[in-house]
Amino acid sequence: MIEFRGVTKQFPDGTVAVSDVDIVIPPHETTVLVGSSGSGKTTLLRMINRMVDPTGGQVLIDGTDVATVDPVKLRRGIGYVMQNSGLLPHRKVIDNVATVPLLRGESKRAAHARALELLDTVGLDRSLADKYPSQLSGGQQQRVGVARGLAVDPNILLMDEPFGAVDPIVRAELQQELLRLQGELGKTVVFVTHDIDEAFLLGDQVVIMQQGGRISQAASPAEILANPADSFVADFVGADRGKRALHVREVDGRRIVVDADGRPAGVLTS
Amino acid sequence: MNWLWSNLDRVGELVVVHLALSVPAIILSFVLSVPLGWIAHRHRWSRGILLSIVGLLYAIPSLALFIALPAATGLSLRSPVNLVIALTLYGIAVLVRTATDAFDAVERDIRQSATAIGYSAAGRFWGVELPLAGPVLLSGLRVVIVSTVSLATVGAVIGVQSLGSLFTDGFQRGIQVEIITGIVATILLALLLDWIAVLLGRLLMPWTRTSRLRRAAPVEVAVGAEGS
Repeated sequence: MIEFRGVTKQFPDGTVAVSDVDIVIPPHETTVLVGSSGSGKTTLLRMINRMVDPTGGQVLIDGTDVATVDPVKLRRGIGYVMQNSGLLPHRKVIDNVATVPLLRGESKRAAHARALELLDTVGLDRSLADKYPSQLSGGQQQRVGVARGLAVDPNILLMDEPFGAVDPIVRAELQQELLRLQGELGKTVVFVTHDIDEAFLLGDQVVIMQQGGRISQAASPAEILANPADSFVADFVGADRGKRALHVREVDGRRIVVDADGRPAGVLTS
Repeated sequence: MNWLWSNLDRVGELVVVHLALSVPAIILSFVLSVPLGWIAHRHRWSRGILLSIVGLLYAIPSLALFIALPAATGLSLRSPVNLVIALTLYGIAVLVRTATDAFDAVERDIRQSATAIGYSAAGRFWGVELPLAGPVLLSGLRVVIVSTVSLATVGAVIGVQSLGSLFTDGFQRGIQVEIITGIVATILLALLLDWIAVLLGRLLMPWTRTSRLRRAAPVEVAVGAEGS
């Protein structure tokens, strides 16, 4: 479990990125931080592995204040996946996946054997192990990034807009792959995105953030759609317009669901 | 041509002496420039100062430096050590700026990602930043190799033996072949060292060779596993 207690981050230039945030991130579930740029969602994520230290409040992992843990050691125990994969371009795929186990002092043989298994786990062919990242497609690089994040079998996986730079088709594929993986592994996933559809698809809990790093609402997707906390949330999730403003229309005796533009979205079966 | 055949031993000797002057200077300037470039890259305040100082170094006329250095080091005017120091200073003048640019050019995303997955500061320098700065460092090193080998000949004017001695001697005695031999030998030596540097670069930075492959292969590779 990850817990933020009255967490604030003010940068030296006076910008407040995160403002008095209290939130509990339950274990073995996916929590998605969503908001537009400048809402402090990435800053909040980076406080978990001390890439950013808060100027006020505490971040706790299983009851331990992360400020008391050596940052390098802390990071080696937390998976991290970022946009554009963040792979080391000068190291082969297999070495990239094995990086953290090797940093932790595992033998090269064991780390490489595990890295090959992880390529299977994320749906990559083992023949890619000896390629360099630049020889892979964007989607493949992102899968390698996920494999690297899982390499030390961490309890916590931080994902910072991991699918932001790939095309929509690959993106949908990676999202499904993450859902499958999460079903198997049950990690505590903290996922940052600015895409509300992605947040609703992946999140057990969705945390909607607004400018100045304040939380507008933290709840399940269904709860947010049913009871948006305020007009900002309602507007952000588009609850009363576009493809979420669904209503029912009778066609030839069947009840068809259509969106605000009149486009059919599905059929009511019950 | 007769001169060359009868003086082949002498030329070979001078090639070795020339190497003994330029190779230490090249290595020293590389070893000193990398940390200086790193400091200039890392600390904004030091950047302006460091880069101005090394920029000025290059403006010092070489003969003046060769003559002034013995006063500073206390060594005799003809000591080869003075020449090595002078050549190192010129090497630094070129390489510190290149090293700064080389470290600047390492992508921020990659540095952040290395930190995020648990590299320590030192581990990140040796394991990520230095290798990724490698290609730009190599290009700077190649300039320094050629310029140092060429500049070392100037030492002959103040009496430090090198391939440059073939120029001074050839001028004094009016032997044209000797002068041409000096020029050709200097160029060949520079090319040889440059070639070794490129070869070392390929060995130490195998990933740079794949960037040429990248254009040829991506479609094929992408289709290979994306569907799996």
